[in-house]
Amino acid sequence: MKVYEKPNALYGTFERKTGPALESTHYCQGCSHGNVHKMIAEALVDFGVQDRTVFVSPVGCAVFGFYYFDTGHIQAAHGRAPAVATGIKRANPNSIVLSYQGDGDLAAIGTAETIHAANRGENITVIFINNAIYGMTGGQMAPTTLIEQHTTTTPGGRVEGIHGNPIRMCEMISTLTAPTYVERVAIGNSKHIMKARKAIRKALQIQIEGRGYSFIEILSTCPSGWKMTPPDARDWMLEHMTKVFPLGVFKDESKAREPGSWDRVIKPFEPEAVGAYLKDFVGATVADPSQSKPQEMHCKFAGFGGQGILTMGLFWAQLAMRAGSKVSWIPSYGPEMRGGTANCQVNIADERIGTPLVEEPTMLAVMNQPSLEKFEAEVVPGGVLLVDTSMVKTAPTRTDIKTVLIPASEMANQMGTSKVANVILLGALTAATDAFPFEYVIKTLPELIKKKSLVEMNIEAFTRGYQYVREQQNG
Amino acid sequence: MATQLMKGNDAIIIGALAAGCRAYFGYPITPASEIAHAAAIHFPALGGTFIQAESEVSAVNMLYGTAGMGIRSMTATASPGFSLKQEGLSYCAGAEVPAVVVDVQRGGPGLGNIAPEQSDYFQATKGGGHGNYRLIVLAPNSAQEMCDLTGLAFELAEKYRNPACILTDGFVGQMMESVDIPEPKALTTDHRSWAVDGTPATRGNLINSIYLDPYELEAHNLKLQAKYERCEVEDVRFEESDIEDADLIVVAYGIVSRVALSTIALARAKGQKVGIFRPITLYPFPTKRLAQLAEKTKKFLVSELSTGQMVEDVKLAVGHTAQVRFFGRCGGVVPTGNELLDQYDAILGEEG
Ligand SMILES: Cc1ncc(C[n+]2csc(CCOP(=O)(O)OP(=O)(O)O)c2C)c(N)n1
Repeated sequence: MKVYEKPNALYGTFERKTGPALESTHYCQGCSHGNVHKMIAEALVDFGVQDRTVFVSPVGCAVFGFYYFDTGHIQAAHGRAPAVATGIKRANPNSIVLSYQGDGDLAAIGTAETIHAANRGENITVIFINNAIYGMTGGQMAPTTLIEQHTTTTPGGRVEGIHGNPIRMCEMISTLTAPTYVERVAIGNSKHIMKARKAIRKALQIQIEGRGYSFIEILSTCPSGWKMTPPDARDWMLEHMTKVFPLGVFKDESKAREPGSWDRVIKPFEPEAVGAYLKDFVGATVADPSQSKPQEMHCKFAGFGGQGILTMGLFWAQLAMRAGSKVSWIPSYGPEMRGGTANCQVNIADERIGTPLVEEPTMLAVMNQPSLEKFEAEVVPGGVLLVDTSMVKTAPTRTDIKTVLIPASEMANQMGTSKVANVILLGALTAATDAFPFEYVIKTLPELIKKKSLVEMNIEAFTRGYQYVREQQNG
Repeated sequence: MATQLMKGNDAIIIGALAAGCRAYFGYPITPASEIAHAAAIHFPALGGTFIQAESEVSAVNMLYGTAGMGIRSMTATASPGFSLKQEGLSYCAGAEVPAVVVDVQRGGPGLGNIAPEQSDYFQATKGGGHGNYRLIVLAPNSAQEMCDLTGLAFELAEKYRNPACILTDGFVGQMMESVDIPEPKALTTDHRSWAVDGTPATRGNLINSIYLDPYELEAHNLKLQAKYERCEVEDVRFEESDIEDADLIVVAYGIVSRVALSTIALARAKGQKVGIFRPITLYPFPTKRLAQLAEKTKKFLVSELSTGQMVEDVKLAVGHTAQVRFFGRCGGVVPTGNELLDQYDAILGEEG
């Protein structure tokens, strides 16, 4: 098909096309794609936005949009054009983004992308070429194929109970809150074409003004796919398709929408700002040069979820990190997660740490019965076992390890909250291992506790746990 | 330099932000969701964008859109989601769009479980989607590397205009270690020669992967291939320990390389000369270096959280001159140090 009087937004000759006939498009006689291309191109020129337009072509007959449109162009995978268009528009809200799609692309394989871009109200223009068939792949049934319509995959005609019904996209999209403008037009007689032209222009205008998402469905002809002459195809489309797909405006909130309210800007990268933000948000662990590193330790902290066992391990790791040690902390994961127990594993070393997993703990703290049963045997001879005796009813059985028993949960309850049992254990552990001096922990603990109102109670809890063990050691 | 104790998954986002990543597209999946949680806080706070997409398919296509506009962008997922991203990654490779994708591997096939595996190795390193292409695949084994290799992924993705992948596992993602937070530096790259960014300067550019003419598509493929060949020369990365005198070299990446590291001193104390070879780039794979090592060392043990994937690449590299054994666990089970030590005993105890 030849395109006469090409608007400037279409190339003069189609150099990107391969093969001969660089003046004519690849579209068949009587196909509507060429008409729609021309209407879009005219509007882009008239609105002066050609320079900032990005055309997203689909998989389908319009895949070669880049042969014709003298605009930026990103070709998308089958059905994904609205997602690609979302990325483009977010990247540069000043760009004018067209998601141009056929019915297979938009209403079958890309239904999810279509609905969700509409539902987010992306400030883009979707042009939906509904020709009731898969044109490019050889005239197969489309989701929009009419009942009784013959296609290469419905050779006996489309049957409702077998192939489903023609899908009405305008009707679906217009139920959503976000879309601004939804209209169905047709490439029929000159009156229809005028309306189609108007709808395309309005949709683009809405995008240019930042008033949100538009969806223009264009009933189109595919004489090759339908096996009809172009005039017959036009008549068939007007007679049959418009009955199933009524023309008209399904939604128009363009007046109610605030211009620019749908912009989501990605600001340029500012290294200093990012650097400052990261330092501020993530914070930094400041090493305490006055504190020497503790001995190498491989620790396991185990109990029920919610007892603060993961936090206890984390505090232990942080204390060591501030003292200059290399540390790793890992929560229970994989097979370890079974059985309702939670644990974390902490390694503390002078040198680089190998596995973060603790297979043979030198220190084990348990806050429930299952954890004692599961892990007691793992402790290396000479290691330390710390037990919250309020939670564990049987006594440890190992005699080749150092066992420290403390009713941490009861002590916590005496303080008015079971939540500090873990910090009482931390005090006990400090006294039992002499990993850190008492004063160092008292000085450092406030930096580890996020809620400042809880600092005092935690210091008290730590102190009670520490003194409990010291008294046992001395008595 | 600021140092902080953080999870590997969080370190990915810190590394990405410091590298100038401005857009994140995600879809929830364990054990990668924390990456999205961190992105949802930090990207908007820094004037970037975060979108929870309707699927992994959409997420990777949004990424294709922003990255095609010349903006550093990423997505992260775990194995089932990585499968869904393959189509988009093939398009990124075909259209030469520099995207970054993270796969925190979990157990498979199918829904599998949420425990760590390394069973997406084939999918990540051999192409994964359709067509002749590769991802540049980086395999961190510490929280620090989660941060640093993410930054490197953006650089390599742009250098080759090809998608790059951080292939990690649930353990490295969950693990907290100290991370030196990098100082963000201004980008020196200019996307305007190739990207389509909605400005007059790039109006003539085209992001596209369709070449109808067979000769044109062949030429395009050869152009991609030439990039991969260059990448295989310029950007192979690996780490070695104790290999100079090794009778046995353990080849492992990610969490397994950390387990192996713990065994070396123990093995050496028993008089076993064991070393470790850790590929950091899984593609390009350090084939040449392994072949060189095989001139001296005749025994290799490959250990993975899989039923045997990377081992194929090791066999291709050294199989004609050295013996290659495999020890894998899967389903979320990690080889213990003792299991590896038993393997060393068995292999080194053999004749020849
Ligand atoms: C994933 C995938 N599945 C299938 C195809 C094959 N394919 C190419 S075009 C097309 C359908 C196009 O039909 P439609 O969207 O209605 O557009 P038209 O060609 O009619 O303009 C299909 C199924 C593909 N390219 N990719």
